[in-house]
Amino acid sequence: MRSRVIGCALGLSLALASAASAADKVSDGVVRIGILNDLSGIYSDFTGRGSAVAAQIAIDEMGGKVLGAPVELVAADHQNKPDIAANLAREWFDQGKVDMIADFPTSSTALAVMEIAKQKNRVTMLSAGVAMAAITDKCSPLNAQWMVNTYALAAGTAKALLKAGRKSWYFVTADYTFGHSLEKDASAVVEAEGGKVLGVSRHPFPGGDFSSFMLKAQASGAQVIALANAGNDTINAVKQAAEYGIGRSDKQVIAPLLTYITDVKSLGLAKAQDMYLTEAFYWDYDDRSRAFAEKYFAKMKRMPSASQAAVYSAALNYLKAIQAAGTDEAGAVMATLRTMTIDDAVIRNGRLRADGALVHDLLLLQVKKPAESKRDWDFYDVRAVLKGDDVYPKPSDACPLNAKG
Amino acid sequence: MSDITLQAFMAQLTVGLIGGCFYAMLSMGLAIIFGLLNIINFTHGAQFMMAAFLAWIGLTQVGPWLGQPDLQVNFWLALVLAPALVAVFGMAIERTLLRRLYHLDHLYGLLLTFGVALVMEGGFRYFFGVSGQGYEPPEILQGPVDVGFMLLPKYRVFVVVASLLICFATWYLFERTKLGAYLRAGTENPRLLQAFGINVPVMITLTYGFGVALAGIAGVLAAPIMQVTPLMGGSLLNIVFAVVVIGGLGSILGAMVTGLGLGLIEGLTKVVYPEASTVVVFVIMALALLVRPAGLFGREA
Amino acid sequence: MTSTQKIFAALVLAALVVPFVPGLIYPIFVMKVMCYGLFACAFNLLLGFTGLVSFAHAAFLGTAGYVTGALMIRFGAHPLGVPAAFAAGVAAAALVGFAIGGLAIRRRGIYFAMITLALSQIVYFLAVQFRWTGGEDGLQGIPRGSLLGLDLASDTVMYYVALALFCAGFLFVERVVHSPFGQILQAVRDNEARATSLGYDAGRFQLLAFVLSAAVAGYAGALKALVFGLVSLNDVSLHTSTEVVLMTLLGGVGTLLGPLVGAALVVGLQNYLATIGDLVTVVIGLIFIVCVSFFRRGLVGEFLHWRRRRAERARPLPAREPPVVAKVA
Repeated sequence: MRSRVIGCALGLSLALASAASAADKVSDGVVRIGILNDLSGIYSDFTGRGSAVAAQIAIDEMGGKVLGAPVELVAADHQNKPDIAANLAREWFDQGKVDMIADFPTSSTALAVMEIAKQKNRVTMLSAGVAMAAITDKCSPLNAQWMVNTYALAAGTAKALLKAGRKSWYFVTADYTFGHSLEKDASAVVEAEGGKVLGVSRHPFPGGDFSSFMLKAQASGAQVIALANAGNDTINAVKQAAEYGIGRSDKQVIAPLLTYITDVKSLGLAKAQDMYLTEAFYWDYDDRSRAFAEKYFAKMKRMPSASQAAVYSAALNYLKAIQAAGTDEAGAVMATLRTMTIDDAVIRNGRLRADGALVHDLLLLQVKKPAESKRDWDFYDVRAVLKGDDVYPKPSDACPLNAKG
Repeated sequence: MSDITLQAFMAQLTVGLIGGCFYAMLSMGLAIIFGLLNIINFTHGAQFMMAAFLAWIGLTQVGPWLGQPDLQVNFWLALVLAPALVAVFGMAIERTLLRRLYHLDHLYGLLLTFGVALVMEGGFRYFFGVSGQGYEPPEILQGPVDVGFMLLPKYRVFVVVASLLICFATWYLFERTKLGAYLRAGTENPRLLQAFGINVPVMITLTYGFGVALAGIAGVLAAPIMQVTPLMGGSLLNIVFAVVVIGGLGSILGAMVTGLGLGLIEGLTKVVYPEASTVVVFVIMALALLVRPAGLFGREA
Repeated sequence: MTSTQKIFAALVLAALVVPFVPGLIYPIFVMKVMCYGLFACAFNLLLGFTGLVSFAHAAFLGTAGYVTGALMIRFGAHPLGVPAAFAAGVAAAALVGFAIGGLAIRRRGIYFAMITLALSQIVYFLAVQFRWTGGEDGLQGIPRGSLLGLDLASDTVMYYVALALFCAGFLFVERVVHSPFGQILQAVRDNEARATSLGYDAGRFQLLAFVLSAAVAGYAGALKALVFGLVSLNDVSLHTSTEVVLMTLLGGVGTLLGPLVGAALVVGLQNYLATIGDLVTVVIGLIFIVCVSFFRRGLVGEFLHWRRRRAERARPLPAREPPVVAKVA
C-alpha cells in the first residue's frame, strides 16, 4: 500500500512539473481521500472494503481529477480503537497529504478524528457514524454527518408506525449511549404523537441470549417491539423472537431502529420478514440507485449497505464542492457544500446544515416475505419516503455553530 | 417487580436455565482440561464457535462445494461430527504445541491457547464475515410446545434435556468410573500412573480432546439459538471463566452446579436489573472469593 | 552504568533528535510508543519480578486516563491543572489496583490471573455505565494544558515533556527493581516458602508490588490521555490487557528494556497492519503462538542470553538461570 502511494506520489510530481499551474489551488497538488473504518472487526460487513470501493466509484465518475489535480484514495483499518484512528488521522493529515477522511463506524473513532481534523483544518464526513454527539455538543464546522443520525432513524420508524395506528411500544435497548439515544428519541416521538411506552429492557452489550427480554416485551402486550440496538444484537434478538413466535402476528411487530441490509441478509427473510425499519438508502429504490448499485455489485459481488453508499455520495459531493469552490481548503469546501443541494444516486433532497447534519429523504422499509423476493438482495418494500425536515432533529442549542445562524 | 406474574417469573427462570446449560457444558470442559493438563484453555470459546460453524458448513456449504447441492450434513450428524472434528483439531494442537509447555508456568499454556483462539477467530472472520449465518433447527424440533406457564420452543426443551444428560454422563465418567479414577490419579501423580503401565501422554491428549468435544457439542447446540458468528464464543468465554473460578477450578461437579446456578441468577437479574445481567456473574465471583477463596467446590484450601 | 542504562541513554538521545528529522520517524508515533512502553514496564514489574500474571492492567491504564482526562476537561486551564490531574489519575489507578489486587492475591497462580480478568470486567462495566466517562463515545478533546508555563498544545513541547515523564517513569521502575524491595520480590518469586521462612510476608509484598505496578500503568494512562487528548473504552478493555502481555512477552519478560522493545514492535505492527486490514487478528495470534513456543525469553531476553553464553564460553563462570518466569505451583 505504502509503496503504491509513494509510486503515485512520484508519478504525480512528474505530472506536476508539466501542469503546475492547474493544481495551484489544490494543497500539495493532490486531493487525497482517506477511508478510515473497520476492515477486520464487527463492523466490517457494512463498512470495510466496500466503503473504499464505493469511494473509488465516485472518484472514477469525477474522472479521477479535480481542478486539474489527481484524486487519490487511501484506506486503513482503525480496528475500532479511537487511539489508532486518531494516530492514523494525524499521520495522514501531517504527512500523508490527506484532505478528507470518511466512514467511522463507531462513535468513539468518529469523535476522536473530528477533533483532530478541526485542529488540522481538514474535513471529516461521517458516512457510517450516526452518533448525535457529532451534531450536538461535539459538533465541528468541518464535519458532515453524511448518512443519518440515531434521532432521524428512530423518529422515522416511530412516526410512520404511529401513523399506522401502532400506539403502544416496548423498547429492548442496548445499554450504551447509542442504544439510549435511539430509545430516548423514539420514545419522545411516541409520546408526542399520543402513543405510550409500556416498558423498557436494557441489555448488556453484547447481549447473547435475548429470549428473556423478548418474552418480557411480548408479555407487555405492546403493539411495537422496538429494538434500540445494532448489529449482532439486533440479529440475535430477531432470531430468538422468531423462535418463540414473537412478532409474527399483525398485533405485534418488531421494529429494529438501526439496521443495515447486511443484517437482513444474514438473518434471512424467513426470520426478518414483516419488520419495519428506516434506512438512508436502498439499492432497489429507483433507476439511479440501481445504476450505482450495479456498478458496486460488479466489484464487490454484494449490494452496498446504506453506509457504503453514503461514502460514495460523500466523496462525490466533496469533489464537486472542491470544483465549485476552486480550492481544497477545508473551510471553503464546507461553505460550498452548505450551499449545494445534494442530489445523487444515494442522497435525495439533501441540504447540509451548520451543525453538520445532512438533512435528506429517508426510506421507511418493510422486509419482504421470502415468497415475494425475486432475487438475492431483493429484501424490502419501500413503504414511504420520509421527508428530511419531518424526521431530522431540530438544530441543537448544545452545538455552538447553531447559535450563530 | 410487583407487575411480574408468577407465570412470567417461571418463564424467565426457564430461559435462565437454558443459558445455564451452556455455561455448565462449557465450564465442565474447562474444568476437565484444567484438572488434568493444568492449562486454562482460552481456545474454548473459539472451539465452541468452530463447531457451530462446522455444523453450518455441513448444512449449507458442503453440498455446493462438492458440486452436489442436495448433499447436507443434518443436525443430528453434525452433533456427532462437528465436536469430533473440533476435538481432533484440538488434539493436534495439544500434540504439537501445548505439549511443549507442560514443564513451564501455566501462563504459557494460557497465552498459547489465547493466540490459537485469535488465529481461529480471525480466520473464520476472514472467510465468513462477521454478521454471521443462520442455522435452522431440525424440522422435528421446530415450533413451540406448551409447558403450562409458557410456550417454549421445542428446540430449547431439547437443549436442556440433552445438555443435562451430557453433563451428568460426564460427571459420572470422571467421578464414578475406573477411567475417571485413572484420570484423577493422573492429575495427582502422573509418574506413579505411568508406572502402572498407563500411557499418560495419550491419556492427556484424549482428555483434552474430550474437554474440547464438550465445547463442540455446546457449539452445535447453540447454532440454532445464536447467530453463528466468529465472535459467538469469545464473549461467552469471560463468563464461563468466572463460572469456573466460582465453582473451583478443576472441580467438575462445581462447574456443573455453578454453571446452572449462574444461568438462573442471570435469568433473574434480567428481570430485575437487566443492565447488570452480565456483570452480576463477576460480582458474585468477587463475593464468592471473599467468602471461600478456593471456590465453592474447590478442594484445596 | 550498567549496559541496560547505557542502551537506555542511547535510546533517549536518539529520541531527543526525532523532532528535528521529521521525515524519519513520526514524533506522535514515538510518543505512543513511550506511553505503551511505560505501560508494558508496569506490567513487567509485576510479571517479571513477582511472577504474577494480571489481566486487569487495562483497568489501571484506563481508570487513570479517565480520571486525568475528566479533570483536565474541567480544570485544565488552571496552572496546576496538569500535575493535579496527573496525580489524581495515578492515585485512582493505585486505588483500583489495591481493590483488585487485594481480592486476587487471595489465590495464587492461574487463579490469580482469572480473578483479575473477571474483576477488570467490572471496571469495564462501570466505564460504560458512568456518565463522566462518556460511555462508548469516550472522552475527546482533552486539553493538554500547560506545565511550568510551557504550553503543551504544541506537539514539540509535548514531545519533550512526554520524553521527560517517560524517562522518570522508566528510571523509577528500574530503581524499584534494584532496590531491596525488588530483591525481596524476586526472592518471593523464586521460592515463596524460603522467603516466608526468612520472615517476609509474601502476600503483603506481592500486594504492594501489584499496587505499584497499577500506579505505573496509571502513570502511562494519564500520559496517554494528555498526549492524545482522548480516552475510550478500548483503554479499559480486555483486549488492551492482552496486548500488554504480548508486548512484554515479545520484548522479554523480566528484562528492563524488553517491554520497551515489545511496545515499539506491537505499536508499529498495529500501524502497519492498519493498511493491510482483514488479517490483523490472525497475525497477532500467530505472533503469540510463535513467541510462546519458540521465543519465551523474548527478543531482549534472547539477546542477553546469547551474550551471556558467549561471555561464558570466553571465561567459564557458574551458569546463571536466565530470567524466565519461575514455575508457580
